[in-house]
Amino acid sequence: MDVLKNKIKKQDTWEIFKKRWQLHVFMLLPVIYILIFAYYPMFGVQIAFKDFMPAEGIWGSQWVGFKHFEIFFKSYQFGRVITNTLRISLYSLVVGFPLPIVFALLLNTIRNMRFKKIVQTITYIPHFISVVVLVGILVQVLNPVTGLYGSIYRLFNGAGYPKNIMASPAAFTHLYVWSGIWQQLGWSSIIYVAALSNVDQELYEAAEIDGASRWKRVLHIDLPSILPTIAILLILRAGSIMSVGFEKVYLMQNNLNLMQSEVISTYVYKVGMAAGGGNFSYASAIGLFNSIINCTLLVFVNAVSRKLSDENISLW
Amino acid sequence: MDEVLRKKIQDPIEDKILYTIVYTVLILFTLTVLYPLIYILSASFSSGSAVSTGRVVLWPVEPSLEGYKAVFRHKHIVSGYTNTIFYTFAGTLINVAMTMVAAYPLSRRDMQFKKFYMFLFVFTMYFGGGLIPTYILMTQIKFINTIWVMVIPGALSVYNMIVTRTFIMSNIPQELLEAAQIDGCSDAKYFFIIVLPLSKAIIAVITLFYAVGHWNSYFNALIYLNEPKRYPLQLILRTILVANQVNLSDIDDPELIAAKQGLADLLKYSLIVVSTVPILALYPFVQKFFIKGVMIGSIKG
Repeated sequence: MDVLKNKIKKQDTWEIFKKRWQLHVFMLLPVIYILIFAYYPMFGVQIAFKDFMPAEGIWGSQWVGFKHFEIFFKSYQFGRVITNTLRISLYSLVVGFPLPIVFALLLNTIRNMRFKKIVQTITYIPHFISVVVLVGILVQVLNPVTGLYGSIYRLFNGAGYPKNIMASPAAFTHLYVWSGIWQQLGWSSIIYVAALSNVDQELYEAAEIDGASRWKRVLHIDLPSILPTIAILLILRAGSIMSVGFEKVYLMQNNLNLMQSEVISTYVYKVGMAAGGGNFSYASAIGLFNSIINCTLLVFVNAVSRKLSDENISLW
Repeated sequence: MDEVLRKKIQDPIEDKILYTIVYTVLILFTLTVLYPLIYILSASFSSGSAVSTGRVVLWPVEPSLEGYKAVFRHKHIVSGYTNTIFYTFAGTLINVAMTMVAAYPLSRRDMQFKKFYMFLFVFTMYFGGGLIPTYILMTQIKFINTIWVMVIPGALSVYNMIVTRTFIMSNIPQELLEAAQIDGCSDAKYFFIIVLPLSKAIIAVITLFYAVGHWNSYFNALIYLNEPKRYPLQLILRTILVANQVNLSDIDDPELIAAKQGLADLLKYSLIVVSTVPILALYPFVQKFFIKGVMIGSIKG
C-alpha cells in the first residue's frame, strides 16, 4: 500500500514538474549564483584547519587541526579585539536600538502632518551619505585647526587649539556610536513608524472616550502594538553582537586610536590581506570563530524569545 | 468653529506638556542633523581662505565656485565618478533582475521544492565563508582587478529577495493567477505581463536600496581592485577625505592652484556635495512607493 502511495506521489511530483518547469528555470541563475558565491566559499573555510599554500590550493594543503585557533586564543590580540568588538557593539545596541523606537513614538504623536513630513525628510538625508563621506565629514568638522570644532573651541577659549579627538582612543567608541545615531536614527525609525500607522484607529477613539491622556495612549496602545516588530529586530541584532562592520571602523582607525579601535573584522583584514600576501589560514580561523559565535547567539536568542513570548515570536 | 472648540476641550494640560516636550526634542534633533549638512553646503560655496581659516559658520563666506571647479578638474575624481556611474547602473540592473527572477517563483503558492529553495537562500544570511575564502574564490575565477568584481558578487541580496517575495504574495491576488491559467497563460508569460507591472512599487524601492549600496560601497574595490583607473569614486574619496592626501598637481588648472590658498580644504567640501547629491536625488522619486513597498515586505517578512 505504502509502496503504491509513494509511486503515485513520485509520479505526481514529476507531473507537476513537467507542468511547472518554467518556474524552476527562473530559479536557475539565482541558484547558480548562490552556489558559487555563497556556498563554495563555505567549503573554503576548511583552510582554517590547514596551512594554506597557494600552490597546493584549498584541497591540497596540509591539515593542521586547531593550530590557528590556538595561536589566536593565546595571542595578545585576542583579548583586545574581542573586548573592543564587544564594547563597540554593546554600546551601539544599548544606545542605537531604543532610540529609533522612541523617535518613532514621538513622531507618531505629532498631529501636524507638515511638521512631521519635514522632520522625516531631513532626518532621512544622512542615511544616503556613504561611510567614506561620513568619516570625511568627521575628519573635517573635528579638525582642531580648520574645522567647526576648532572654531567653537576658540569661541569659548579665545585662542589656541583643542586636542585632536579623532586620534584619541577614549573618544573612538563615542564618536563611532553617536555619528551612527546622527546618520541612521531617522531611517531606522521608518519600520516602527510604519508599524504604528497600522494601529487600529478605533483603539485611540475608545481610549480617548475613556479619558486616557496622550501619554497613556503611547504607553498602552502604541508601544504594545509595535512590540512584535521590536522583538524581531532585537533578535536579528543579537545575532550580530560579535560583529562590528568593517567599513566604518577601518576608516576611523589610525595608529593613535588602535588600542580601542581594532575589532575582529579589521584584524582579520590586516592579518589576511594587508600584510603583503597575508596569512590566509590564520585569518580564516579568526573569521570562522567569529561567525560560529554569531550563529550560536542568533539561534540561542531566537529560542529564548520563542519560549518567553506568548505569540511565539521567532525568525523561523 | 466646531473643530476649534473640540480641540480646546480635549487638550488637557497633561497632553499640552507632552506635546511641548515632543516638539522640542524633535526640533532639536532635526537641527542637529541639519546643521552639519548646511555647514558643508555653505563651506563648499565659500572661498578657500574663508574655509581654511574657519570663518564659515552658517552661510557661504566670500561666495565662489572655486571648489567645484577644482573638483571637476581633478583627474582621479572625474575617472572615479565615471566608474561609479557605470558600476551603479550595471550592478543595480543585475541586482533587480536577479531579485525579481528569484522572488517570483518563491512567491507562488504552488511552487515545488519551495522549502528547499528558501532554505538554500536563507541559510546564507546567517553563515558565510568569510573574507579570505571569498577572496580565494575571486582569484580562482579570475575576477581580481576586473569590472566583474564590482557588479557580480552581491548580485542578489537575500534580504531584498524575501521582502520582494512577501510583497508579491500580499499584493497580487491569487485569483489573477487562476484566471490567467484558465486562459492558458504560461508561468513565464504571467511573470512578464502580470507580476512585473504590478510590482512597480517594490521594484522602485529595491532599485533605490541596491543603487545606494553600489554608489556608496568601497570595500570590494579596496580588496579586489589594484589599478587606479578602475577605482570607484568612494576609493578616491577615501584618499582625499580620510587619508587627507590632496595632490594639487592632480588638478588640471594651474591658475586655480596658484591663485588660491586653502584650495585643498575647500575641495573636500565641494567633493562631499558632488559625491552625495546624485544618489540623494534618487530618493524623492522613490518616496511615494516607500511606505507601500518596504512596509508590507518587511513587517510580514
